[in-house]
Amino acid sequence: MAKLIAESATAQVKSDLIVAEDLSAGYGGRSVWSGANFSFGRGEFVAILGPNGAGKTTLFRVLLGLQHPTGGTIQLFGSPPRRGNPHIGYVPQRHTIDTETNVECLELVRLGVSGTRWGFNPVTHDDRDAAWSALEAAGASDLAHRRLGALSGGELQRIFLAEALVSNPDVLLLDEPLSNLDIKRETDLLHLVNNVVRSRGVTALLIAHNINPLLPHVNKVVYIANGKMTTGKPQEVLTSENLTRLYGIQVEVLKDPHGNVAIIGVEEHHGDIP
Amino acid sequence: MSFSLNILADLQEIWRYQFMQNAIEAGTLTAVVAGVTGYFVVLRKSAFTAHAFSEIGFAGAAWAVLSGISPLAGLLIGSNLGGLGIALLGRRAINRDTQIGIVLAFSLGLGLLFISLYSGYATQTYSILFGEILGVSQAQVLETMAAAAAILLVLGLVYRPLLFASLDEDVAEAKGMPMLALGMVFMVVVAVAVSFAVEVTGVLLVFSLMVTPGATAQYLARRPSTAIAASVIIALLATWTGLFLSFYTSPPVSFYITGEVFAFYLFVRFVYARFRGERLSQGSLLRPPVDRSG
Repeated sequence: MAKLIAESATAQVKSDLIVAEDLSAGYGGRSVWSGANFSFGRGEFVAILGPNGAGKTTLFRVLLGLQHPTGGTIQLFGSPPRRGNPHIGYVPQRHTIDTETNVECLELVRLGVSGTRWGFNPVTHDDRDAAWSALEAAGASDLAHRRLGALSGGELQRIFLAEALVSNPDVLLLDEPLSNLDIKRETDLLHLVNNVVRSRGVTALLIAHNINPLLPHVNKVVYIANGKMTTGKPQEVLTSENLTRLYGIQVEVLKDPHGNVAIIGVEEHHGDIP
Repeated sequence: MSFSLNILADLQEIWRYQFMQNAIEAGTLTAVVAGVTGYFVVLRKSAFTAHAFSEIGFAGAAWAVLSGISPLAGLLIGSNLGGLGIALLGRRAINRDTQIGIVLAFSLGLGLLFISLYSGYATQTYSILFGEILGVSQAQVLETMAAAAAILLVLGLVYRPLLFASLDEDVAEAKGMPMLALGMVFMVVVAVAVSFAVEVTGVLLVFSLMVTPGATAQYLARRPSTAIAASVIIALLATWTGLFLSFYTSPPVSFYITGEVFAFYLFVRFVYARFRGERLSQGSLLRPPVDRSG
């Protein structure tokens, strides 16, 4: 029986794209978080929550190979993270693009494929075809010939999503794509990401401030606070006792009849932040 | 020399002068290089940076004149050191306009010191500041040609990664692009391009070929390759007509080049772009209006 459990556990690990054990990260001797254990499988949609400065972006930087972990192990597709991994699509946290940028959106999306190629090749158009299908997947075909500087926040996020999708990644890292979006555009973008996750079997990690719009879509939640990280299904993680343990102070998680949650007792509210 | 309405005869007359031939050849090469490089300078928002190290180049050139070596060598040394220094300061250094302004001012002062120490005529320094395209020698044309070929080759090699790094630094970095190396290569390219453009426009007017055509082109085309072509054409037309007009009238070539690109920029920015914007918004009557609120 024990053997069976062990075997199924190995099988579980094998099917997981991202596995971390006792992982810790920090900057220059200062620990940001430590003792993190998580595993994400193919086609999982994961929300990453936590107060500002808790180290949500740090987690992405570790996954991207931009920053080495200070301890523990992390494996992506069975090997340690490395910079320039073509299996990862990344949308960094950005508030805006310069309004003077007159380059059309299609060109930026193309560069998601061809921007890593040296030399000058006016003949191949495979990047162009890939860009069009990525734009379609991101629901942004209509924006292809618009100039980047003229896009609204929601339109820009769709272009960034297309840029991340164009290299056909297995993992999508989205750093606060919902900030600066109103509720309707927030919902629209989440539906898009959810479609991509389901139709392409992509594992998406999305950093957000408000869990509620994400609840209908996500399989897992990572909550980072107080130098620690806890992971699991949303209903497991977002409980009063769990968050109380994480923060080390009394935290209340309240639910309304629609399933929306409000977290009370910490400085940062993860209910409705405009 | 008098100007006739027969343009062909005028051009034949101009071509009979060796100094005009040299000027046209050097001007053409410089315009092509400046047009291409300038597009990236504008895209990377490093116009001020490029200007700063052209002034550092001026200090280098003044020092070269003082030391009896070629001003071009001094320019190349000065601008390259300045460019590499700024690239090494890191990716955000491009926007540090206060620090850059401080270095720029000091460089001009240093240049002034070298000029005042130089006992000979300061005409060489004057031509570094304002350009002396009519004094370009055949040897200089060949030098310019070699530099132009090298610059275009390097830009061809880094074309797509450089575009990517210019438009989306964070993603390019995450994709493993060597950002520091790209920044340094680009700064060296601009430093060399500026040093040769100085022969045509001078240190103080180098913007007219390095920035204005690139900036204008961004309003004319949304695809980088098309915009670069437009930028080159603007720089070429301004240089050629500048040489032509200056041949028959008294104002210097540099004035015509700066004046023409400026006038065309104003036209594109305020007349053409507005007209085009109006046409687009009229077109949107047929489609749902573009919502920019969200």
